[in-house]
Amino acid sequence: MVSADHILWVPLLPFAAFIANILAGRRLKHRAAWLSVATSAVACAIALPVCWAVFHGAHFANQITWLAIGKGSLQFGYLMDPLSATLLFMVTIVGTLIQIYASGYMAGDPRYSRFFAYVSLFMSAMLTLVISDNYLLFFMAWEIMGLCSYLLIGFYFEKESAAKACFKAFLTTRIGDVGFLLGFLTLFTAIGTLSFSKMNAIMDGTYTGPAMLIPVSLLVAASLLIFCGTIGKSAQFPLHVWLPDAMEGPTPVSALIHAATMVAAGVFLVARSFSLFMAVRDVLPFVTTIGTITAFMAAFIALTQTDIKRILAYSTISQLGYMVTGLGLMGLGAGTFHLTTHAFFKALLFLGAGSVIHGTHVQDIRQMGGLFKKMPHTATTFIIASLALAGIPPLSGFWSKDEILLTAFASGNILVFGVLLLTAFMTAFYMFRLIFMTFFGKARDPHVHAHESPAVMTLPLWALAIGSIVIGIPGSPFMHHWFQKFMAHMTHYPEYEPSAFVMGCSITVAVLGIGLAGVIYLKKTAWAEKTASVFPTFYRLSLNKFYFDELYSRFIIKPFTAIGRILFSFDEAVVDGAVNGTGQNTLFLSRLKNWFDQHVVDGLVNFMGALTYFLNAIVKRLQTGLVQNYMLFAFLGFLAFIAWQLKLI
Amino acid sequence: MIVPLPHILIFSLLLFAIGIYGALVRRNIIGILISIELMLNAANINLIAFSKTTSLAPETGQIFALFVIAIAAMSAAVGLAIVLALFRVRKTVYTDEVNLLKW
Repeated sequence: MVSADHILWVPLLPFAAFIANILAGRRLKHRAAWLSVATSAVACAIALPVCWAVFHGAHFANQITWLAIGKGSLQFGYLMDPLSATLLFMVTIVGTLIQIYASGYMAGDPRYSRFFAYVSLFMSAMLTLVISDNYLLFFMAWEIMGLCSYLLIGFYFEKESAAKACFKAFLTTRIGDVGFLLGFLTLFTAIGTLSFSKMNAIMDGTYTGPAMLIPVSLLVAASLLIFCGTIGKSAQFPLHVWLPDAMEGPTPVSALIHAATMVAAGVFLVARSFSLFMAVRDVLPFVTTIGTITAFMAAFIALTQTDIKRILAYSTISQLGYMVTGLGLMGLGAGTFHLTTHAFFKALLFLGAGSVIHGTHVQDIRQMGGLFKKMPHTATTFIIASLALAGIPPLSGFWSKDEILLTAFASGNILVFGVLLLTAFMTAFYMFRLIFMTFFGKARDPHVHAHESPAVMTLPLWALAIGSIVIGIPGSPFMHHWFQKFMAHMTHYPEYEPSAFVMGCSITVAVLGIGLAGVIYLKKTAWAEKTASVFPTFYRLSLNKFYFDELYSRFIIKPFTAIGRILFSFDEAVVDGAVNGTGQNTLFLSRLKNWFDQHVVDGLVNFMGALTYFLNAIVKRLQTGLVQNYMLFAFLGFLAFIAWQLKLI
Repeated sequence: MIVPLPHILIFSLLLFAIGIYGALVRRNIIGILISIELMLNAANINLIAFSKTTSLAPETGQIFALFVIAIAAMSAAVGLAIVLALFRVRKTVYTDEVNLLKW
């Protein structure tokens, strides 16, 4: 196996930028952004040749022993296979572009350098995660990303909603993270290794080491627990609630972390563990079900949302559900492909939304309208990305979405296929509802004065737009499904022949969705409200996000707070009581000891002093100071001595 | 004529008593020094008297007396020097006015 150790600079450089920005950020001021962007760009420049080599069949890996435990040892290292190369390619490019954009978007922010410090730390963690070759390193990076997500969602922590949102995001993803931790520990128990390549070899039956008996039940448990991590990080049902609230963070963060990269890490985790999931195929229907429910539910909620970033957030959840569904149907290539294309166009959508917010200072699409003329670059790129998301050929989203639909169709899951098609329809509808309300029609709010964003923001938009257009080509028939075959090197999964029927369905629902949105939001604006009043239940369900927050609040948060309160009163009464009692006892004992000290110990010392003083008062009388007295004493003593000698006395 | 030993001893006793009396009651340091000389001389008379009447060689007592005279001269010199120094500092030679060592 060839090594490419300079790949280690890819995560290290952003980390250096993080250190520099966090320590010297105040002095760097606006140069903080240059530092972050530069390190990211250099990391990109280092990563791309390696990716290029991997795309041409190379395979790099290297590892060192990090910790020896008992007979085994934990290895840290990197692994560059088709999967990580794809992700590395995507993350470095999208990350760099978003940071360039952010340098313009965040201009003038009082915590400018801190923002870039966090973003650099995030980049470092994400890149570590992508190239890591084992679950432990993966998990470490995963947790750092969770921390960065927390810090960046709560970046405007003066806002109460942001403070709450970051709290919610951290706690919710934590549930999944605990599952993930338990999962890979279970896996370690079962197969005795955390290395991906070793695990793949064991699962594929190509492992050459000593034969081992692997308990299947442990593998099932491990795969389900690892999938918990995905549910948390990739905001799958039922832990999706944190992602829409995460939109409280700055928009570039939403684009980078909560759309393109970090949330994709959950999907990447399933892809990484694909051989494990393939070994216990019974859990795959569970994965598929979760993914499909998520895709449908999120799209349904997105239909009625009015906050531009929230619509995109639900769209992200929905698309992540798509990817998970694709993976659940054994479509490793399909899921990964959609992950990559989605990163480009969803990052573009978020950056476009950021540009709109930057230009108008509002987030509610009901206050926008007619922005196309005022923000031509933003609008054009936004529409390109939306077309890609809706699945209009030949844009990237079409090819990847089609791949997932094809997998669903060809594997015979007609129900899943139907739900996904419906989701695709809703996707096209809500995206173009957003576009028609934002960029077309008449300006609804006269107080909004829109202006186009500076070039530092529009250039990354165009770069991502080009990416959104062309990134689907490697998976399309134009390149003979090169990407799918490339992924197929990794593992054996069923390949499906492209189906014109599926493509037709996909295009039809996309066009229908766009058309319907156009009719309702451009021509017959009254229809929207009429539809809502015809299906009040559905409307309210969608508007209130299926009451998930309320349900969680009622059935999880409130009981826990109640338990917390009970425990608190117990704490206060019993534990604090015991502590205070101990304190008071100590105080009482101390008083006792103090009395003893003062009266007995000190008394003894003082008594010795007084005694000496008293004796001195007597004896000192001898010291008269008169020399004759002394002589008299001496003489008397002498006489006494003589008398004694002569036995007179 | 030979003076009997008891007479001499009584004489020296009287001389010593006068010396000790003087040393104890005189306030003037010079007087005290003179009294001390008297006591030393009483001792000398004893030494000479005994050297004459005992069976030992008479030189023993006489040499002893010579030594005592030498010591007396020395002590007078040291004592007078102290008196002089004291007088320079305190402008007095009376012992009751020099009581630094009193408690």
